[in-house]
Amino acid sequence: MRADLLNDLNAERAARRAAILVTEIPSGEQRLVRAAEIAGDPLAGVLAKHLAAGKSGLVEAEGRPVFLTVQVPPVRLVVIGAVHISQALAAMVGTLDLALTVIDPRTAFATPERFPGIDLVAEWPDVALGQGVLALDRYCALAALTHDPKIDDPALSAALRAECFYVGALGSRKTHAARVGRLTEAGFPPEAIARIHAPIGLPLGAVSPAEIALSILAQIVAELRRAPKPEAS
Amino acid sequence: MLSTDTDILATAQAWRRDGRDVALATVIETWGSAPRPVGSHLVIDGEGNFLGSVSGGCVEGAVITEAVEVIEAGTPRVLEFGVADETAWRAGLSCGGRIRVFVERID
Repeated sequence: MRADLLNDLNAERAARRAAILVTEIPSGEQRLVRAAEIAGDPLAGVLAKHLAAGKSGLVEAEGRPVFLTVQVPPVRLVVIGAVHISQALAAMVGTLDLALTVIDPRTAFATPERFPGIDLVAEWPDVALGQGVLALDRYCALAALTHDPKIDDPALSAALRAECFYVGALGSRKTHAARVGRLTEAGFPPEAIARIHAPIGLPLGAVSPAEIALSILAQIVAELRRAPKPEAS
Repeated sequence: MLSTDTDILATAQAWRRDGRDVALATVIETWGSAPRPVGSHLVIDGEGNFLGSVSGGCVEGAVITEAVEVIEAGTPRVLEFGVADETAWRAGLSCGGRIRVFVERID
């Protein structure tokens, strides 16, 4: 492998952008295809499929074996609201390999006692998400769970702008209708607002906080594995 | 999800930058019960130092030996390990699986 290709691959990783290293076997001839360049690549179809699955693998290209090293940024779940459902989420995310960050400016809620071992940010979302504390991107899921527009709305706006692969918001249809009105007023087009899953979660008929947490995680997994996956800009 | 393997790629870059000879081994195919998934990496330097794994310890010794030769020759190699190849490679997978490993030099 050429050292410059390795450096480029690592740079994409550091920037949280997906990329695929294409290696001819056994010659070792290589090229790096960034996510944004896939559409123009001769192997576009198979590259898109492997990127969607997030899996490396050996494929045939024009009768010759080619190995695809697929590099996808780790998925991050950002939860707004250190609430009861968030505590249930915290107990479940580990097994799914999701990195969890909980943001809540209410210091009575955002306590290490309530969230042991969890990345907790006791700040307003526009501070936490707007000043480089945590940069949202296409490999982030955001769930707004406070019921409080003062806290949820700035986070939802940031998630829509960052094109997070999943955006969900807790609240009834009536609550959401009011939210849609506010976001429209803030200048978001209908197709962007339609990306918000509300009421949040797959319709499991969930009742308890743990059941609602499960329905949210199930919906996130469904969005994550739905092809085509988030493609880099 | 792939953090461990890309940490290994970062190490490969750092070792090369430090002027060390470096080879990268990658699991490109597995059959049956294989200990490490396709895409797993092992980085090796010219003195046999290594980081990562392609099998969880079963065949690393043989891969490292081959990698040092790849570093000298510069030509990539495809290695195959499994129960059937135990005699040939003096290394095997006790799990009964089979893996193919691509070894290349970082130039």
